[in-house]
Amino acid sequence: MDLFEYQGKSLFARLGVPVPDGRLATSPSFAAAAANELGGSVVVKAQVQVGGRGKAGGIKLAHSASEAEEAASQILGMDIKGHTVHSVWVEEASDIAAEYYASFTLDRSAKKHLAMVSAQGGVDIEGVAESDPDAVVKLHIDPVVGLTDWQARELVYRAKLDPSAARKAAGALKKLYAAFVGLDCDLVEVNPLILTGGGDIVALDAKVTLDANAFYRHPDFGDFEAAFTRDPIEARAMESDLNFIKLDGSVGIIGNGAGLVMSTLDVVDLVGGRAANFLDVGGGAGADTITNALEVLTQDDSVKSVLINIFGGITRCDLVAEGIIEALGRLELPWPIVVRLDGTNAEEGRAILAGSPNEKLIAAATMREAAEKAVELAGGA
Amino acid sequence: MAILIDEGTRLLVQGLTGKEGQFHGFRNREYGTNLVAGVTPGKGGTDLDGVPIFNTVAEAVEATRANTAMTFVPPPFAADAILEAAAAGIDLVVAITEGIPAHDEARVYNYITQTSDTRLLGPNCPGLLSPGKANVGIMPPEIALPGRVGVVSRSGTLTYQAVYELTVLGIGQSSCIGIGGDPVPGTSFVDVLELFEQDEETDAIVMIGEIGGDAEEQAADFIRDHVTKPVVSYIAGVTAPPGKKMGHAGAIISGNKGTASAKMEALSAVGATVLDDPTEIGTAVQALLS
Repeated sequence: MDLFEYQGKSLFARLGVPVPDGRLATSPSFAAAAANELGGSVVVKAQVQVGGRGKAGGIKLAHSASEAEEAASQILGMDIKGHTVHSVWVEEASDIAAEYYASFTLDRSAKKHLAMVSAQGGVDIEGVAESDPDAVVKLHIDPVVGLTDWQARELVYRAKLDPSAARKAAGALKKLYAAFVGLDCDLVEVNPLILTGGGDIVALDAKVTLDANAFYRHPDFGDFEAAFTRDPIEARAMESDLNFIKLDGSVGIIGNGAGLVMSTLDVVDLVGGRAANFLDVGGGAGADTITNALEVLTQDDSVKSVLINIFGGITRCDLVAEGIIEALGRLELPWPIVVRLDGTNAEEGRAILAGSPNEKLIAAATMREAAEKAVELAGGA
Repeated sequence: MAILIDEGTRLLVQGLTGKEGQFHGFRNREYGTNLVAGVTPGKGGTDLDGVPIFNTVAEAVEATRANTAMTFVPPPFAADAILEAAAAGIDLVVAITEGIPAHDEARVYNYITQTSDTRLLGPNCPGLLSPGKANVGIMPPEIALPGRVGVVSRSGTLTYQAVYELTVLGIGQSSCIGIGGDPVPGTSFVDVLELFEQDEETDAIVMIGEIGGDAEEQAADFIRDHVTKPVVSYIAGVTAPPGKKMGHAGAIISGNKGTASAKMEALSAVGATVLDDPTEIGTAVQALLS
């Protein structure tokens, strides 16, 4: 789960990583009030779950409350890469002597943690990494041992951060790593991590991705989610514990298992159609789950036909068939449904469907045939 | 011969007394797998349908000589269960549990690699099946047929799809291995390819990958240098939008690395038959073997 900058900074502050003082504002007048409280110059920053907001004009410097109000009115409502800005973070302007980059993530290839530090932080870090790879220092960390003191120092000196701030920089890296591990983050990235004129190290930005699998260890993390605005169909799907992603085609897809559903999207594409969504009912789906999945798709007007592709393992095809019949009886389903069932109890499932003939229901013997029928019924691409 | 599990497998189930553990543990036994023990702390000394239950893995291993553990323990306790099995000297731990925090997986993987000879399969995997010999996991065994094609996959349901496509054409399998889609899989494609390459009863290999990570690219390098047997491959996620998480924590595209097309190119370049339709797996293998 990607956090907003201000949420990430609240976590940094918890672990003792220095961050500038700031306030969240959802209207220009709140932004003005925040600037007044903070005093002096402030920076008004769009809160979006996507990078590149600086280049998009989502960060503005303001020297007074009225300038902050003006900046907030320009930024609020702005569209940044498809994300609407609903709030701004107003924080005290920092005295920047140098901009560094620091991040911790899991290197899946090496199966170890990876630290990356650069003295050339800022908006163009990706360009730096490409043109001068040595300018971004990479170090693997054994997850059993964790980031050691010598490794933190090694990162600072090898990346050529200002030696006079070496102790503070190494300390900040240790705290960021503690946040990465202790708060179960998939990613902690600070760009820029700044050296101030006074010689302090401060996290001027925070890109934090939390591991949703670890939320049971952090019961308060659920609150972060409340601040996100969701697509209404995705919200409805989440309520039913369905893994749903909206796509731009016309064939609604329901399947079990992420791999099989991805593969179904690909086969639909292969036979000339476009999927309207990704919907994974997961393992062990019962009749209710299937009924809920069909109900979710009724809320999407772009769906013209639906393809249900189930390969039963834990999931039982007879229960899937019961769910389809239940949905047909209970809901007004506006589109034809092509069903392909294989695996656990597939024969029973097919018999249940055959036993309740319905003009909306079309059986298919294979995945390919199912995709062809569904695409044809959706009227091609 | 089969790889990893066969007639010599002595299975212990961590969480046998739970609903899922019981259903699948006994389904595995029904298939012919030698289920020798269950472990549930606090229920030691009891038995379940003739299978003795122990409080600890060490006790169970001592009493039953179990060599394979299947873990059905819920996510908060799963990492600990894997460490316990490794500490007790289990050869192969099959972790079915889905939803283990990534940091736990990373710690467990590195720790058991450094301190034991235990092989971990999963977590978040469907397990493995050596048709006609043993089934450890949640795969529906009726779709499999004993034979000489090895199957390895990151995705559960796509494993079933691949096995099914082979079976309907009468092509049997030596072993079917689901390595799971989590960020830190205990066993990788490369590990399984190596085992299949060495296995005298495997003639060809089917490898099912998906977007995200670089496990398929590593597999391609390994195939180029070490695999002499024909490989048929399919990669899911060609049309998946970049940057979206699609269920598997593993299936995240980062930059150009990890895209389906990059993986398909890497595999093609080393001589693997790469398919763009999973329903063609059976006929592709048939063509290679004839």
